[in-house]
Amino acid sequence: MSAPFVPHTGDEIAEMLGFLGLSSLDELFEAVPAALRLAGGLDLPPGESEADVVDRLDELAGRNRAVGRSLVCFAGAGAYDHEVPAVVRSLASRSEFVTAYTPYQPEVAQGVLQAIFEYQTMVARLAGLEIANGSLYDGAASLVEGVNLSVAATGSHRVLCSAGVNPRWRSVLGTFARGPGHEVTTVPLAGGVTNWAAVAGDGPAGAVVVALPNFLGCLDDVAGARALAEATGARLVVAIDPVVAALLTSAGSLGADVVIGEGQPLGTPLSFGGPYLGLFACRAADVRRLPGRLVGETVDAEGRRAYVTTLRAREQDIRRERASSNVCTNQTLMAVTAAIQLGWLGTAGLAEVALGSARAGRYAHEVLCALDGVEPISTAPFVREFALRLPVPAEVAVDRLAEEGYLAGVAVREGFEGTEAEGALLVATTERRTRAEIDGFAASLEKVIR
Amino acid sequence: MTPPETETHPTGPLPGGRALSAPLLGREDEPTLFELSSPGRRASSLRTTGLPQWGADELVPASWLRTEPVPLPEVSERDLAAHFTRLSHRQYSVDLGAYPLGSCTMKYNPKVCDEAAARAGFANVHPASPPFLVQGWLQVLCELEEMLCEVTGMAAATLQPAAGAAGELTGLLLMRAYHAARGQDRRKVIIPDSAHGTNPASVTLGGYEVTTVGTNARGGVDLDSLRAALDEDVAGIMLTNPSTLGLFEEDISEIAAAVHEVGALLYYDGANLNAILGVVRPGDMGFDIVHLNLHKTFATPHGGGGPGSGPVAVSARLADYLPGPRPVRLEGGGFSWATPELSIGRLHSWHGNALVLLRAWIYLRLHGPDGLRRVAEIAVLNANWLRERLRGTYDLPYDRPVMHECVVSAASLERETGLRAIDVAKRLLELGFHSPTVYFPLIVEEALMIEPTETESPQTVAALADALVQVAAEARAAGDAASARQAPRTTPVRRVDEARAARRLVATYDQRP
Repeated sequence: MSAPFVPHTGDEIAEMLGFLGLSSLDELFEAVPAALRLAGGLDLPPGESEADVVDRLDELAGRNRAVGRSLVCFAGAGAYDHEVPAVVRSLASRSEFVTAYTPYQPEVAQGVLQAIFEYQTMVARLAGLEIANGSLYDGAASLVEGVNLSVAATGSHRVLCSAGVNPRWRSVLGTFARGPGHEVTTVPLAGGVTNWAAVAGDGPAGAVVVALPNFLGCLDDVAGARALAEATGARLVVAIDPVVAALLTSAGSLGADVVIGEGQPLGTPLSFGGPYLGLFACRAADVRRLPGRLVGETVDAEGRRAYVTTLRAREQDIRRERASSNVCTNQTLMAVTAAIQLGWLGTAGLAEVALGSARAGRYAHEVLCALDGVEPISTAPFVREFALRLPVPAEVAVDRLAEEGYLAGVAVREGFEGTEAEGALLVATTERRTRAEIDGFAASLEKVIR
Repeated sequence: MTPPETETHPTGPLPGGRALSAPLLGREDEPTLFELSSPGRRASSLRTTGLPQWGADELVPASWLRTEPVPLPEVSERDLAAHFTRLSHRQYSVDLGAYPLGSCTMKYNPKVCDEAAARAGFANVHPASPPFLVQGWLQVLCELEEMLCEVTGMAAATLQPAAGAAGELTGLLLMRAYHAARGQDRRKVIIPDSAHGTNPASVTLGGYEVTTVGTNARGGVDLDSLRAALDEDVAGIMLTNPSTLGLFEEDISEIAAAVHEVGALLYYDGANLNAILGVVRPGDMGFDIVHLNLHKTFATPHGGGGPGSGPVAVSARLADYLPGPRPVRLEGGGFSWATPELSIGRLHSWHGNALVLLRAWIYLRLHGPDGLRRVAEIAVLNANWLRERLRGTYDLPYDRPVMHECVVSAASLERETGLRAIDVAKRLLELGFHSPTVYFPLIVEEALMIEPTETESPQTVAALADALVQVAAEARAAGDAASARQAPRTTPVRRVDEARAARRLVATYDQRP
């Protein structure tokens, strides 16, 4: 019997059964019709000791190539290799944060509640909007909820989404749009930025969505998106990269009504894609349509400052079928982690991460584009990510460069079929990339494409 | 320490899950990080890169550049560590003591799972890596899918949904795709009145209308009401079994037959799967779609409200519609990704909450079939034992043996003394226990929904029961609830003014008056 976390002794089980007037554990399941009960037990591998399972994990982990000195990361596409210092890992792994439930009893949950309040403040400042929620699942979920908020606010199900928005997020939006019946039009790119003229004059809309920078790394036409939102009566949803956003005029001051983004660069490791952090901010006027949890400051019975989840009447457990979002469990631990990471960075540190990522981006772009046969697919301004046309398929370059010790980037394929970007290699940099690493990467790429 | 009260009470050891000794120091606020900030102070330092030191204005066109940096707290690493450590001391957690929130399955979270999830070989892997670089990860995901299918009696699964509610919506979109492929545009989904709030919210987001059916005198779905609601416009029914009353749905075979008779599908909300692990499987009960909450049944930590993970498993006839890409075994060995032919599309930015999925894989390997069954047995034993100890103190609605949780009512107490469920919850905090879920399910007046889980010892469950009995006895002795209304007095803050928080919204430090 392998149930390592069940503390009951045989004698205790017998005593408890006796108290209930039962003679066996099987009798606890009398309500389950006999015909349905599982005969013979589950067909699963037998339970093993922790030490045996750890041996298996060693073997499995050994069959993954983690990024690091032996696989220098130039891949991004929504997941970035930023510095996460020991103090952030240490504080974010405190079991009081890790093993808490949703803060339903605020008197014993002030720790998580205050951390979320601090997180909300930092995200709102980064977005340039008044309100941020306590997190959503990931960037894709934030896109879906941003569109849902916009549709609810405007009454129009028509969504004009730039092709520059992360293609996997667009795919998720397409999946979830089928329920409420949103009509999503993908607005094509031209020269790496959205060609808003392609949909001008087509009538009212509920949401206009643009990414800054976009999936190909380009600084996209947010002003055009703002103008289109005004012309169509739509809410403007802007997807940000929270690191690049530290260099740019805030999305809020560019006219965003809703700011969404992937918060992974704020202290969460690459984690094979999850758990990540959906960033979500909006204007105060839309707060009653905000998806997910919101923490507010208040006082306790003695007038002391206290925090509590608020505007709860929006949420599914109270509003049920009239709720505009079904979100319950979110990604609180990643939000707490982001608050710690942003506290560690501070004003100057976040700016340096952004600037360092941009310097590495500029340098990598220069040395890679100097190689014969390598061309950028766009001349639009970029910050820390860009797409290159190679003389070999991008997938081939990625495979071969892995043997040279570089994760070269991400092949642009899904969501860009038939466009100028299809088959390009999307290269990303962070403040962790050094001149030596970039020079080595360029030399290896030259070898691979020669 | 309340002494044991009955002869069947195990004597000797003290309860390990009672948190009365927690050193929550002081009665002052913890300042916000913004109030600790001193301009120019910093904790961070970054890698030396050897790159040209271009200025921002040389890298980004002036029209895009922000003129002022994003204002963030400026603190030392020492103050940062102290702040978040003090916040952690103002936070209840499973590691501190019992957490008997009904329907939340707050069992102990094994440390080996966290340690594995922090390994570079799992945590530092880029999600866009080509398959040959991530064979270990793909094997974990494939094996987890297979194990979850065996546990639920299903044919195939997706691991992408990031939480239970995302799993629910996924299931409803699968339902929609299934009916659409048959040329049917069904509009209604049936939900019992005892359901979790996410169920009706998900139904609406799935593009369906909610039809509610009632609960019979034994706490099950009212079959007459269900049969009256079933017609060819019904796409499916969402059931939690055991229900949120903690009761196994005795008529499940009749329900399944009636639902399938009109061509509709059965959806299993896995919130309460812990009760039936290795005992009975949703697939064998006739369910077509199942979501699991790995952060409940499979002990992955809840993180103060997330991350969770809500995989969805389906019967063979729905497998072709599953989200993609899915991890697959290749002929001749090795693993890769493949998207089912009629896939409803992606649900997640990448592959789901991978590090949560890894923890569930570990939990399954530690337990095996016998261990999982033992988990269910002891969870059910604890819940029934607790419930019997509350008989005569609290009302026991739908009075029959329960599964992994029990719902008791403070309705009589409230009438006699004015003591409400919320007062019981707050007084319990003073006695060293997190409170149960209160005021849910909605069909029970003054409900207290209690789920001890299998990882709490008999001593802890007994002490929890004693504490619940003590709260009621105090009110009955006093003839009123005046004292309990003042609770909690020992926590970092006293009762919190929720109405004021909503009325005068301060959701960021910058919104403070």
